[in-house]
Amino acid sequence: MNHSLLTWLVFLPIAGALMLAMLPRQAHATLRGVALAVFVAVLALAAYVFFSFPPGEAGFRFATRTPWVPGFDIDYHLAVDGISLPLVLLTAFLFPVALLGTWDSVREKLKEYLALLLLLEGAVLGTFLALDLVLFYIFWEAVLVPMCFLIGVWGGKRRAYAALKFFLFTMTGSLLMLLAIVGIYLSSGTFSVVDLYAKPLPAEMQGWLFAAFALAFAIKVPVFPLHTWLPDAHVEAPTAGSVILAGVLLKMGTYGFLRFCLPLFPEASHAAAPWMLALAVVGILYGAAVAWPQADMKKLVAYSSVSHLGFVMLGTFAFTIQGLQGAVLQSVNHGLSTGALFLIVGVLYERAHTREMGAFGGVAKVMPTFAALSLIVVFSSAALPGTNGFVGEFLILLGTFRADWRFAALAVPGVVLSAMYLLTMVQRVFFGPVNVDAKQFPALSARETLALVALIATIFWIGLYPKPFLERSEAALDRLSKIVQGAPRAEVVPGSGR
Amino acid sequence: MSPADVQAVLPEIWVAATALVVLGVDLFLRDSRQRALLVAIALVGLAGSASSILAFPDATTAFGGTFTRDAVTNALQLLTLAVAALAVLLSRDYLARTGLEAGEYYTLLLLASLGAMLMAAAGDLLLLFIALETLSLPLYVLAGYARTSRRSQEAGMKYFLLGSFASALFLYGVALVYGHTVSTKFAVIARAETGVLLQLGVGLIIVGLGFKAAAAPFHAWAPDVYEGAPMPATAFMSVVAKIGAFAALLRFLMFAAPLLAISWRPLIEVLAAVTILVGNLAALRQVSVKRMLAYSSVAHAGYLLMGVAAGSPGGLWGTTYYLFVYALMNLGAFAVLLFLTRDGAEADQVADLGGLSDRSPFLAASFALFMASLAGLPPTPGFLAKFYLFTASIQVGSLWLAIVGVLGSVISIAYYMRAAYAAYGGPTAADVTVARAPWAAAGLAVAVAVILFFAVLPGPLTAWAQQTAALLR
Repeated sequence: MNHSLLTWLVFLPIAGALMLAMLPRQAHATLRGVALAVFVAVLALAAYVFFSFPPGEAGFRFATRTPWVPGFDIDYHLAVDGISLPLVLLTAFLFPVALLGTWDSVREKLKEYLALLLLLEGAVLGTFLALDLVLFYIFWEAVLVPMCFLIGVWGGKRRAYAALKFFLFTMTGSLLMLLAIVGIYLSSGTFSVVDLYAKPLPAEMQGWLFAAFALAFAIKVPVFPLHTWLPDAHVEAPTAGSVILAGVLLKMGTYGFLRFCLPLFPEASHAAAPWMLALAVVGILYGAAVAWPQADMKKLVAYSSVSHLGFVMLGTFAFTIQGLQGAVLQSVNHGLSTGALFLIVGVLYERAHTREMGAFGGVAKVMPTFAALSLIVVFSSAALPGTNGFVGEFLILLGTFRADWRFAALAVPGVVLSAMYLLTMVQRVFFGPVNVDAKQFPALSARETLALVALIATIFWIGLYPKPFLERSEAALDRLSKIVQGAPRAEVVPGSGR
Repeated sequence: MSPADVQAVLPEIWVAATALVVLGVDLFLRDSRQRALLVAIALVGLAGSASSILAFPDATTAFGGTFTRDAVTNALQLLTLAVAALAVLLSRDYLARTGLEAGEYYTLLLLASLGAMLMAAAGDLLLLFIALETLSLPLYVLAGYARTSRRSQEAGMKYFLLGSFASALFLYGVALVYGHTVSTKFAVIARAETGVLLQLGVGLIIVGLGFKAAAAPFHAWAPDVYEGAPMPATAFMSVVAKIGAFAALLRFLMFAAPLLAISWRPLIEVLAAVTILVGNLAALRQVSVKRMLAYSSVAHAGYLLMGVAAGSPGGLWGTTYYLFVYALMNLGAFAVLLFLTRDGAEADQVADLGGLSDRSPFLAASFALFMASLAGLPPTPGFLAKFYLFTASIQVGSLWLAIVGVLGSVISIAYYMRAAYAAYGGPTAADVTVARAPWAAAGLAVAVAVILFFAVLPGPLTAWAQQTAALLR
């Protein structure tokens, strides 16, 4: 049975981009309105998919599968399971929020800008939903072009350099993954992820294939030491670009590990786990250590991403159910809190036209509501209990303790460091004597407030009641955990593909 | 000569006759408006040729095995006809604008297409040589077609001298092959026992065709000729010469020398790797889009050689698929440049694209689309084209070549994307204007539509290309 719902989810934004192309260039309000309407419609669809997904389902739902290139066994195959479901909802949520939060910040070539944002959303959703390796790869790469243009055309001073670096880094990794996809096809005769889950690849091939896939995903996450493109891309990207890049695009990497690396190459994943865990810990500590002294707030948040995504990798390669659940949940959490942090930096930048912390001071006296909202976001990013970050990091550390307590022990200082550099930023920007310029800062606009409040609402939702997320991802992750921990392969695919 | 022979070459007769009719009719036309008739005649003739292929697609040989019509012939001939039709559309406005329009231009274009069609049908080295010259001579003239431009004259002369050199090498190779096998027929050569003379001859033939295909290290003519030739001529030859050269390589290597694959495969593989790296690295440094596209076409020759080197069914249909996609995206990229003028002359620098997105969103978007496709970025058809060739290469055990191809693709993104950015983010080039060119716009729209169609539904094109593979099974 074929559901058309996921096809709508992927192609509604793309159709929206085409619709924008037909509108007049000068009608800025209409353009923004149409784009927002499409984003909200996609969010509504995604929410429907999320809430109608039955808790406890381990397989795929809402599947649609038709031959796309019959001569080469490529299928158009979309479906959602407990692993992709939270990320689909996150994606659909962050795009409208990012647009609202940066409503007036782009005025040049607005039509192209909004069209690219819509195309980007379609491609990201396709990446999370595709279950054919070639289709996945097409969406995966299709994400690059709009993102690269968002940085390269609407970015800061060194935008051309940053865009190219972003593109070349990710492309190098992903093309090697493409060769690995060819390798899988030549050895197994299928591109279908579901079929591949059912028949394991020969163990002697897994090493190379794992390496190629893991490299592509590790660059995207980014795992230390492949993170160097990230600060450049973030600093130069326009605010909405940063929100989407940190909030959604990096999750494509963590998702890739869960969807492909672990279940397709379990033996190789097992062998690589100590190395990946070590890199994750180094990333956590290194990211935090480098974030601390940054004067540019965007750089600080960018390096904090390196640190926080280290936790996601830690949970992933712990292979325990708690670790995996934490990894999925923390992917969502990082998208919300870091997305919000970039919005906050964007709000400050709109007013002061600088991101240097030294230029600010006492903003809390001028913009008290904004300061309060920012503080909540910072708490979430620093994983204070009551916020979503706490649930995610707690699960990850718990899962890692069960797998190997040494890595968990080494990662714990990262939590403390993250609180320190984030609170330092809050102190320097929001408190202390009021900087002369800050007195002229206009208050938060209604749209900016709405965007931040929406983010904070989800922060508390997950922080206080994570059950809707956890109960939907649990069964799929439990299965995954058993696969990598060496459970018999026969149990692997109950009712998948339907 | 039997009626069956005539029927087999009917498509070629259509094109040759159209070329002559265009030349004759031109005598009676007085001004540029009336010359629209020439475009119409050329298009009708090309359509007639295509319909005669589609009406009699059966595999056959004619003139005692000299001429072969099979799935490869039909596929590549249809492609050539489509390329010629697009090139006619793209040329007219430019020629009228620059005062170059005359019947000869279209005649030369049609004759070159005829040459490429014959190369796709050759079953004999002599016919292959004649076809090669039928392709090349009109292209030399087209390169030097702008009589008053020194650059164009230089391009024509350079192309002629180096091209003649390549033809001579090719002919010497033919002589050596004949010396060994006492035949020029592919079917006889295919059965011959191997020997030094034969291997040397095959090597020289590869070198001669490598010149035409602009494969490194025989590519040195390409940038100067591409840059000097009038833009529509550049667009046409960058595509038709590739089709001809690869048609010949596929036909000759896979059907006349399959047993020698053990000798020529390493040679072609090294050529492919060198061509991919040289083309892409040199393109990085170009400031002229024409030169950049020249080096990019060198790089694409390298990818195409990957398919030839595989020598497998996958390589054969992969190359056919790639040629189709390459032809459309390369013609499309040049088509956008055709619109840009500075004081009536070509504006072909990367910086000249600046601000295009504000002046003509359609042109800028098309250009970005073609750049993305040339770079092989999904979901454009350029991606699947590369994917098929990489698969063919890995399938025959040449993983290293696929890795070189991947590296080349990564490098290529830098220059394609730089050009695409210029159209969107670059500073506005104030002295460049966008010319009014309705015919070229029609040609461009066709190229965009076809590329977009096959981006969404690559299945039919894949199936079409795969017909050719049946010959090797």
